[in-house]
Formats: sequence, C-alpha cells, structure tokens
Amino acid sequence: MSERRLIVETKQLPIIIDRLCAQLIERHGAFENTVIIGLQPRGALLASRIHQKIEKLTGHPVTFGLLDVTFYRDDFRRREEPLIPSATRIDFSIEGKQVVLIDDVFYTGRTIRAGLDALIDFGRPAKVELLVLIERRYTQEFPVKPDFLGKRVNTGDTEKVLVEWKEVNGKDNVWIVSQ
Amino acid sequence: MAQALSTPHLISIKELKTEDLELIFSTADNFKDVINRPIKKVPSLRDITIANIFFENSTRTRLSFELAEKRLSADVVNFSSSGSSVSKGETLVDTVKNILAMKVDMVVMRHSSPGACQFLAANIDAKVVNAGDGAHEHPTQALLDAFSIREKYGYIVGLKVAIIGDILHSRVAMSNIFCLQKLGAEVMVCGPTTLMPRYMAELGVKVEHDVRKALAWCDVANVLRIQLERQQTKYFPSLREYTLQFGINKAMLENLDKEITIMHPGPINRGVEITSDVADSGQSIILNQVENGVAIRMAVLYLLADKIVRA
Repeated sequence: MSERRLIVETKQLPIIIDRLCAQLIERHGAFENTVIIGLQPRGALLASRIHQKIEKLTGHPVTFGLLDVTFYRDDFRRREEPLIPSATRIDFSIEGKQVVLIDDVFYTGRTIRAGLDALIDFGRPAKVELLVLIERRYTQEFPVKPDFLGKRVNTGDTEKVLVEWKEVNGKDNVWIVSQ
Repeated sequence: MAQALSTPHLISIKELKTEDLELIFSTADNFKDVINRPIKKVPSLRDITIANIFFENSTRTRLSFELAEKRLSADVVNFSSSGSSVSKGETLVDTVKNILAMKVDMVVMRHSSPGACQFLAANIDAKVVNAGDGAHEHPTQALLDAFSIREKYGYIVGLKVAIIGDILHSRVAMSNIFCLQKLGAEVMVCGPTTLMPRYMAELGVKVEHDVRKALAWCDVANVLRIQLERQQTKYFPSLREYTLQFGINKAMLENLDKEITIMHPGPINRGVEITSDVADSGQSIILNQVENGVAIRMAVLYLLADKIVRA
C-alpha cells in the first residue's frame, strides 16, 4: 500500500512561485541577457509558469526554451524501463547568455548533470543557475546544488516526491509518496 | 505507445509491429532535432562499438549508417568484402565472429543473399541490423520512406502510394509494401510484367502495368532505380524503351489533376526512370529522404542498443 503526504497544497504553490520569481528578478533585473530553460518532461510546466509570471512582472518578452536530456543520461541501458525522450525546443543561441535551468524535483543531481551536458551543445553560456521547486535532502550524488529553491524536504529511500499540476491533474499539489 | 522494440534485431519490417514503427518514428523525431542543432551529436552510445559489414556496394546507406553511429557517439569499424579475406574463402559466420572477437556490440550488414542477416542473428551474439539482404528486405529504407511521407502529409493512413519500377529485384519495394500496409496506406506496384514478381496481388497490393494510370491513382510515387547490374537477363529490350514506357517526366506530372509527391531511394539513373526536372522539382522529397535516413537509423540503433545487456 502506498501512502501519500501533502507537502505543498494548491494555495501555497503560487506563493512559492511568486517568491522564486521575485528572487530571479532581483538577480537578473529585466532579463535582457537571461534565458529560461525548463527540463523536459517534469520541469516544463514549472518553467512555463515562471516564464509567464516573469514576463508579466518585467513587462516584456523573455526568451524561453525546453531541454530534453534523455540522450545525455548516464543510466541508458542500466535501468529496467526504457527512456522515452521528449521534444527539445531551443531555437535561440545560448552563447554568452545567463541561463536559468528549471526542474521540479532535485533528487540525486544526475538529471542536472545530463542537463548541463545537453545545454552546452547549444553554445557556451556565460552562467548557468539552477531553480527547483523541491529539493530532497541527503540524496545528492553529484556535486550540484540549486541556486533558487522552493522547498526542501526530508525523504527516505522508499519515498518519492510527486508534483501534480493543474494543467495535467486538475490541481496543483506536491506529495511525498511512500511505497 | 510501446516503450521498447518488440524484436532484438532489425531484420525485416515484416516482423515489426505497428507500435514498433510508431516508436521508431517518435524517436526519430527527436534525433532529427538533434542533427539540426549546432552540435549534431549526443553521447548515448559512447560505450557501444558497431561494425558496418558491407558485402555489396553502397554509398548512401553506408554513409548514413556511419553518420548515425557517429552522431550517437558509438565507435565504428567498417568492413567491405572487396580486398578482405572473404575473397580467400572465409565463411560469413567466421568473418563476423572474428570481427566480434574484437568486442563489437552491433553489426550493420548488407549482403547479396536474402536471409543472410537472419542467419547471422541466429549465429552470433550481437545485435544485427539489416542494411539490405538480396531481394528480401531493406528495412531502414522503408522506415525512412514512411517517415518522410509522414513528415510531408502529417499522416499515412489512407494515402495512396505507388511503387514504380523494378519490383522483382527490389528489397526496397518489399520492405515498403510491408511498412506502408502496417501504417494503413494503400499500396500499388507498377512495372513491366517481366520485372513484376508473381503472386504480388496476394500481398494485398494493387498491380498496374501502365505508369500513367499509376500516377493518376496515387498521392505519392516512390520511383525505384532500374538495377542495371541485375539486367544480365534481358527483362526489357533497351533502356530507351523502358524510359518510353515507364519513365516519369514533367509533362506527365503536369497532366495530372493533383500534385503528387515524388520519392526515389537513390541512386537515380537520371533520364531513365525519372527525368532531372522531376527529380529536382518542388514535388520531389528525395533529399528529405536522405536527411531523414540519418535520423531513422539513429533511432533504430538507439532503440536496439537499449537491449544490449550490460556486462
């Protein structure tokens, strides 16, 4: 039997996103030389929400892309389930740009490692920063840390963080699911 | 959609399921994106070694496979039978086993004997990809042809595809028939009676001997090459006569009441099966086929590599 525990509820999520956007604008100003890139598939919706909010707050268009890291992962041929790629949508150069990379959950850091490899195939960015909604504590396997963080949680080996989005699940919720 | 291929090797289209075709296409969509990036390479297959073993001549297929392998970061060795120990009498299995002893994970093979890849897959411990075996099948060509049609129209179900030319010697025709039928297209074959295998209609395809009727019927015409090297027996009186009867020219296309798409697997005999103005026209997607070939082969190699058990 799997049990689930709510850690971010529908009303809390916009508050967290607003805070993250404020922190981003504090550091990147009008986003003139900054691009937002969401990691496919699970970081895409968060990145899109943040992108819309930032555009609203700054009042002008901000460059936005989606990056799929499937072909760069280090667990190809090493997992039970095959990896299914999603689309990459980066129709701009990231050469010399500040990049804000966005994912929903930070777990081991391996996806981010793959994401950094995938990213530099599109040019040499001036700087890359990482934003995640949830960071799982004590599970990191690579020397990578988020620069902007929604919430940090303690999770066990048998637990999983499940992020639900209004666009997909009808409601915004973040759960810890134990199996 | 399926998450993994249902077969351990790619020997023929006939053995694939429709879900396999869809999985290959959706994976190829992603690789087509990769090969249009500034850096056209991903590291997925960096611990895989692939041998390209060609017992028959090839330009496009071999180059396309090699590019696909390199863009997946695989290590590549090339072998062609001319100038090798095959001419000293070494058997197929011995040749390949010796190559595999050098720790090769996958073999891409072209051979003049139908069934050679099937035989190889049963006898060696490596993934086998058929790059053409005699007049049997050429699965990656059919996949890239169907992928190119899907790209142009956005769908395949219900489209009418005519395969025109030398059907008798063509592995491309066989693979195309199986592939397009699985995807829901209607298929017609058209060619001289001498170059038409018997019992074709039993495959569920229409058979036509008048190229004008075939063109008027179809949405897509896949024009095959007259295989000059396989014409020792006289299947038709002369190339000139073949061109008069079956060659496709601009005037024929302009006389149709719709704009059809022209495909050709290459190499083209310009002025024989199609004229240059047809091959180079806006209706032709011949060069798209070549570009898509790399993406399709990357997808096939990637999906098969996923099945290699890690030591």
